[in-house]
Amino acid sequence: MTEANTDHALIASPQRRALLARTAMLSTTAMALLSGVSLRSLAATPRDEQTGSDVAILNVALGLEHEGIAAYEIGAGTGLLSKPLLSVAVLFKGHHEGHREVLAGAIEKLGGTPVQPRSLAEYKASSKLDIGSIATAEDILRLAQRLELGAINAYLGVMPSFADRSLSKVAGRLIADETLHYTVLSQSLGQPLPQNTLSFGA
Amino acid sequence: MRLSLLAAVIALACVTAAPGADPARGKALYDARCGGCHTIAENGPGPRHQGLFGCRAGTQPGYAYSEALRVSGIVWNDAMLDRWLADPNALVPGNAMVVQLAPLATERVDLIAFLRTAAQGPRTCRRSNAPTP
Repeated sequence: MTEANTDHALIASPQRRALLARTAMLSTTAMALLSGVSLRSLAATPRDEQTGSDVAILNVALGLEHEGIAAYEIGAGTGLLSKPLLSVAVLFKGHHEGHREVLAGAIEKLGGTPVQPRSLAEYKASSKLDIGSIATAEDILRLAQRLELGAINAYLGVMPSFADRSLSKVAGRLIADETLHYTVLSQSLGQPLPQNTLSFGA
Repeated sequence: MRLSLLAAVIALACVTAAPGADPARGKALYDARCGGCHTIAENGPGPRHQGLFGCRAGTQPGYAYSEALRVSGIVWNDAMLDRWLADPNALVPGNAMVVQLAPLATERVDLIAFLRTAAQGPRTCRRSNAPTP
């Protein structure tokens, strides 16, 4: 069978039609995310293995957003941040809440169940956040900086794995926000700009 | 006697960092690239790493692993971690860790050297020689 014949057979096959239909549907989801259209207004989504993989990736990202929101909330509540720093923390927390809504909506649209946040007490007890070691405003900035960097690299790592490449664009926009946060936090900490090119990701 | 010596050499190789490995650089890489999902002590988006070496993959209690990893039969050692960190889905297709965190061999050597040090402690996973339930 020639390559052209193979293509023709694929186009004619039910699997190919299903793949094309699914791709069109997921791209619509991503476009809705980017344009602010309510995902709930879109049609229900069929589940398959690749969609399940996308949902799993989005849920990990959502877990990181929950954690970031909690960290900023805990940091803001310590009383250690000056008024200008507090304003920045509240603003960044709001950005992450926006990310949370985008991701949860996408997960639901794809037929998944958004992972729920842990309790604030659990976040406070988490060794990853290490809240007990916070004694200064600088400690809070360093924690936020570490979480933002972790999120940047996590998003960069998963971007190529989305079955729907349009979701990679959504991830790219989230990365841009996280990188903005990381840069502001690094500057607040008096840290130098990266000397190497391609300093994020792998 | 010869077998005992061989076993001792292998055991020594398993607890010694590879030549040129930099655990400090490995820690920086771990914090930056793995730290979003993993910690040494606690399960999170990814499973904890304490007691990692010698564990059967997918057996850390309290973490929901993919079926692909749970049935992989992998036991974590330096060589297996090197392959995993290079491309998890090439090693275990269908597993949940879809990221390629350390494409450079030098990065993987440093990461593994860090894990060799940091991941020591009580092991809660199933050991390599434990029977499959």
